Amino acid sequence: MTVAAPTIGRRWRKPPLIRNANLRWGLYIGAAVYFILASYSILADVNWLRVYEGLPRGAKFVGGFFPPFPFANIIETGGFEELAAQRLIDIGDGLIESLTMTVTSTVIGIIISVPIGLGAARNIAPMPVYLFCRGIIAISRSFQEVIIAIFFVAMFGFGPFAGMLTLSFATIGFLSKLLAEDIESMDPGQAEAIRATGSRWPQWINYGVQPQVMPRLIGLSLYRLDINFRESSVVGIVGAGGIGSTLLTAFDRYEYSTAATILLIIIGIVFFAEYSSGKIRARLQ
Amino acid sequence: MLRLEGLSKRYRTGDEALKGVDLEVPKGQVMALIGPSGAGKSTLIRCINRLVEPTGGRAILDGVDVTALGSSGLRQARRRMGMIFQEYALVERLTVMENVLSGRLGYVGFWRSWFRKYPQSDIDEAFRLLDRVGLTEFCDKRADELSGGQRQRVGIARALIQNPALLLVDEPTASLDPKTSRQIMRLICELCEERDLAAIINIHDVLLAQMFVPRIVGLRVGEVVYDGPADGLSPDVLTEIYGEEDWAATIKKDPDEDKDGDGAEDSTEEHMQGLT
Repeated sequence: MTVAAPTIGRRWRKPPLIRNANLRWGLYIGAAVYFILASYSILADVNWLRVYEGLPRGAKFVGGFFPPFPFANIIETGGFEELAAQRLIDIGDGLIESLTMTVTSTVIGIIISVPIGLGAARNIAPMPVYLFCRGIIAISRSFQEVIIAIFFVAMFGFGPFAGMLTLSFATIGFLSKLLAEDIESMDPGQAEAIRATGSRWPQWINYGVQPQVMPRLIGLSLYRLDINFRESSVVGIVGAGGIGSTLLTAFDRYEYSTAATILLIIIGIVFFAEYSSGKIRARLQ
Repeated sequence: MLRLEGLSKRYRTGDEALKGVDLEVPKGQVMALIGPSGAGKSTLIRCINRLVEPTGGRAILDGVDVTALGSSGLRQARRRMGMIFQEYALVERLTVMENVLSGRLGYVGFWRSWFRKYPQSDIDEAFRLLDRVGLTEFCDKRADELSGGQRQRVGIARALIQNPALLLVDEPTASLDPKTSRQIMRLICELCEERDLAAIINIHDVLLAQMFVPRIVGLRVGEVVYDGPADGLSPDVLTEIYGEEDWAATIKKDPDEDKDGDGAEDSTEEHMQGLT
């Protein structure tokens, strides 16, 4: 029999995350040393004198963005009004192209994601289907949008078609994975009750599974819509059409004030999309 | 009507949940299945409609061996077995009416169920059942807006609209307060009598089982250790089922004593006692 420890005055402390003290301190110190060395190796390469000399040029570059309206700084010199109007039309066309890309790719992505998401949920799909669908998701998620865009631009040429394919492909990985995870964490009791009625498999999905995951699916789709708009401006830079292409052209022509206009519009739309999709998602819960 | 022959279930972990259960339930008989947690009560009723696949033995419903059926035959057999659950298992984001009508899924085609275009006869029956369980005005409420007792009534209506021959009832009162528990048990037993339904009711409230159900089967680690009338439960029998404990307060002494605790407004329905 062991002697009971005194219950009064006995010390207690939360057990550390890593039990082994040597391992724990080794990890802490190792991480700190690595951080210091890594920062030093980067900062050592910076030529601080050149940074200082370059500051006025940097200021000039940033100043080129103001005022943010096409040719605003030279518009009085005559003849530029027409060019400025042309730039605004270009921006409008790019925006429409981007929004078209965004909406079509999101809708196509959702339509393809739903069956893949069902197949990738371990609790409702048989093993071979599960592995196949998880494979598709893994491929879709392992490539960044820009890389896929470069690939599709090479395959289908410049323009919004390549952009639409890129965004659809990325949407599939995103939506299927999160939908599958939501299905996996659903309440099995509700689904079991529907199965007990003698329902067919599609009826079981429609009654036992869909009502449980629908709010999240709608929320994720809206979220993806707003991601796709942001991405549409990025993939445009590698030639996949949309406002990104317009932005790239503006930089290529050193028309920084036009670029500034485009950036402000993108920021405005992203802000609006994020705000409104957040509002809608909050109401869905 | 229902006959179990050596029904057994061994889980992949090696746990033997059922060790060859033999049981016969005649048409129209309500039977309570009691036993400690982990005795295999839930597994037993889920092996009958194969929500859990039995690993041995047979379950014969009206002459059909359910354990041997293919998927389409199994769906048809499931239509004849209504199930009522402990946590109600209503689809929470669907309306009360959709939940009740989901009991008809085995009878209607996919597109009809998808567009919620059920035959008028099904809708009539749904309203009749909702009226019977006292929830007509709730038909368009979402299931998650209801209280526990109301939800269980919807669950009962969903099971009955299947037009079953047998009810499989898994701990119908475990999530309910004592008064609602009695009302739900009474409702289930009344409906079984009205429709000449057989039922297997898993329940761990021994007193409640004795109060409403004529036949009691005791299950202990996957084996039937008692099968007899409700008033045959003696301290010895309960010890056999659950293990050693002071059982004096658990056993129903006199039917009249239990009535007092039931509340005045229920006394008119007390004819249910006749069943026990």
